[in-house]
This record gives sequence, C-alpha cells and structure tokens, in this order.
Amino acid sequence: MPKALLGKKLGMTQMFNAEGKIVPVTVIGAGPCVVAQVKTMEKDGYQAVQIGFGDIKPVNVKKPLAGHCKAVGISPVRWFKEVRVADPESYQSGQSLAVDIFTVGDMIDISGTSKGKGFAGTIKRWNDSRGPMSHGSKCHRRPATTGAKGPARVFKGKHSPGRMGGEKVTVQNLEIVRVDAERNLLLVKGAVPGPKNGLLVIKSACKLA
Amino acid sequence: MSNIIDAIESEQMRKDVPQLRTGDTVQVHVKVVEGARERIQLFEGIVIRVKGGGINQMFTVRRVAYGVGVERTFPLHSPRIDKIVVVRHGKVRRARLYYLRNLTGKAARIKEARR
Repeated sequence: MPKALLGKKLGMTQMFNAEGKIVPVTVIGAGPCVVAQVKTMEKDGYQAVQIGFGDIKPVNVKKPLAGHCKAVGISPVRWFKEVRVADPESYQSGQSLAVDIFTVGDMIDISGTSKGKGFAGTIKRWNDSRGPMSHGSKCHRRPATTGAKGPARVFKGKHSPGRMGGEKVTVQNLEIVRVDAERNLLLVKGAVPGPKNGLLVIKSACKLA
Repeated sequence: MSNIIDAIESEQMRKDVPQLRTGDTVQVHVKVVEGARERIQLFEGIVIRVKGGGINQMFTVRRVAYGVGVERTFPLHSPRIDKIVVVRHGKVRRARLYYLRNLTGKAARIKEARR
C-alpha cells in the first residue's frame, strides 16, 4: 500500500548521524491526517483516497466544507489532497493516519509549492550566462538573441524572462532520518520545496534508487 | 514553530563542552576508527577560530607538527569528540587568529590570560 501523508514545513536544521557526520535535515510537522473520502473504480472511475490535514478556525469553515466533513463524521480540516492508491479497500473514511506509517530509512517523494520569485530574468530563471559587464558591452543581463533570422519565428521553449516559482515542485528519493510519533514530526535529509508553513504532500518514493 | 527546531537542536547539544575562546590552548580527544577498532587520538593546539552558534558551532585548532602547520575544524557538539580539555587560556585581541599562520617559533606564542 503506498503511504501518503500531508504535512507542513517547519524549517531546517542539522543532525549528527550514527557515524558522527553532520546531516542537513528538514523538519516537517506531518499529520495526523484523516481519510475524508475513498474513491473506487465502480463509483468514481478511478482509485484514490482523499486525505485531510491542518487546523482551521471555525469562522473559516464554509458550508460546503462543513457538509463534506459532516458526511464522514470528521471535524473540518484546512487542506484536502487526493492520492491515487491501488487498494482503496484497505482505507476507510474517517480513518486517521499518523507519522508512524513511515519508518527511519524509508525513501519518500515530497511535493510542495515553490517560493514565488516574481518576474525573473533569464539568468535567475534558466541559469543562462550573462554578457560582459564592460569592454563596451551593452548586453549585461539581457536574454541575448531570440534566435536566427532564417526560420523567421521564435522557437517554442525559448528561454525568456517571466514569472518564476510558485509552482508545484516534487523532490524525489529523500531519506527519512527520524520519525517522532509523539510530536508528529518527520525529519528528512535535504531540502524540500516551499516556504515555512507551506503544505507538503509526502508519498513513498515512486522510483526506488 | 521555531521552538520545535530549538528543541530538536538542544536535544543533540552536549552539556559537557567547555566555553571555548580564541587563543585558548586545548586538547581535543577525538575518536578515531582504525579497521574495526576505535581509539582516542589527541589533537592539541591553539583555537584560532570559533564560528557559528548553537548546534552549528565549530572551532578550529592549529598546531605545528614536525614543522608543518596543521589545522583541524571540529563541530563543538560532535559525538566523535570524547572530550575537550582547556589547557591554558590565552590573551588575544582578535576573534580570528589567522596571523599565526605567518608566524613561527617564539613569535607564534600567545600570552596567558588569568581567568
């Protein structure tokens, strides 16, 4: 059964591993999540579970959300996400999921919304090189040429300035360094996308290295 | 939020480490793995740099071994360190003693501070 959980990025720090080496870790406040809906092939045409996570102020609970939660008998939560599963029968609506579904050493994929960078140039956005800053050059941080004269058009995918960040990013094969069931914490080796307090979707790794 | 991170960090911090200052002469007892065996190696020298804070605090020790200057940087809270002994407190006027790299012999001595 593929394991999935929702969580919140709390920040980064470092830990000493068994060999005494320093490991950079991201602290994630993961779960407890609740299974809000189970989608089956017969009823919905695909197999998935909808999981919910996060506290919400009663004033922010709209009627459709309240109704959706009341139908399964759960208290309203802030976020819902659907995760495709092969065996929806093993889940029940209202069931709660906690960090203990993962163990130390598991590999996971983490998705989140990256930090918004605003309108960014080609150097920041596409890692292009800049031109000379002196010797008469006027092409300092410009996107240089947009293409050759022959085709009489600009090819698709041409690196241009534009909005950067604020999109879904998935980091694959992150290792779990520690699971703290008491405080609902997951410590993962390396960085994860998004700002602090950003929503993260944690799944068991789809490509095992 | 950040107090969770503070808590995780303080769990790992060692309570038995001395307050190090640059100019101090220290003995660092380092755990070394040789094959399957583990033994303790001594590294004695002058602290020429203390940087970072909290769990990230690092210090650099300089010694001259067989005429060659050797500098090693350790994480202060590393579990690979058995213990740190301050042999002598030094009186210095800088935070980073990089000038010691250009000095040898008598000139590279540091006055003792009575603390």
